[in-house]
Amino acid sequence: MARIAGVDLPRNKRGAISLTYIYGIGPSRAREILERAGIDENIKVEDWSDENIRSISGIITDEYTVEGELRSEVQMNIKRLMDIACVRGLRHRKGLPVRGQRTRTNARTRKGKRKTVANKKKAVK
Amino acid sequence: MARSIKKGPYVFHKLMDKVLAAKESKKKTVIKTWSRSSMVVPDMVGETIAVHNGKTFVPVFITENMVGHKLGEFAPTRTFKGHAGNRKKM
Repeated sequence: MARIAGVDLPRNKRGAISLTYIYGIGPSRAREILERAGIDENIKVEDWSDENIRSISGIITDEYTVEGELRSEVQMNIKRLMDIACVRGLRHRKGLPVRGQRTRTNARTRKGKRKTVANKKKAVK
Repeated sequence: MARSIKKGPYVFHKLMDKVLAAKESKKKTVIKTWSRSSMVVPDMVGETIAVHNGKTFVPVFITENMVGHKLGEFAPTRTFKGHAGNRKKM
């Protein structure tokens, strides 16, 4: 079992793919890490030796912020924006898109499920 | 695209003069400005700057966290009072 940064890696996947299961590591970082550790990115996790695992987790803990630490960092950045009451912070508070997207339609990722407002009754002819 | 580092942060020069003068005098004055595009620089920390939002001046007390943002970010230009019949939420 390969456990790195508190995450279980899927054993039956290629190393480069498997590492992306860690929050904060995407395809390019995964490849970078494996290259630095001197492991072929196509080797599956189940075929890693204990020493491989040790060197990989060493690189990750030394040089990258991942998982909980990264999550709290992101939260802190958002909180800072909200505290100084700048436009971006206000948008975060209201749960609306932050980067100037349109909100007349779409923007469902930020706004969540549609909240339908009851239609006005049409005038009877 | 980000602004070139060579040029440094943009601050309207007349505003900068006023900020430095206010800093010198150690008096609490509110500096009015229309220059929403000016960057908040460390010299402004502790000053109150009234930023125009197109209609009125919004007083903004500058704190350290605000350095690097533009003044206009702290003076919203739009007012949204909510939709009709949506009163209970507020």
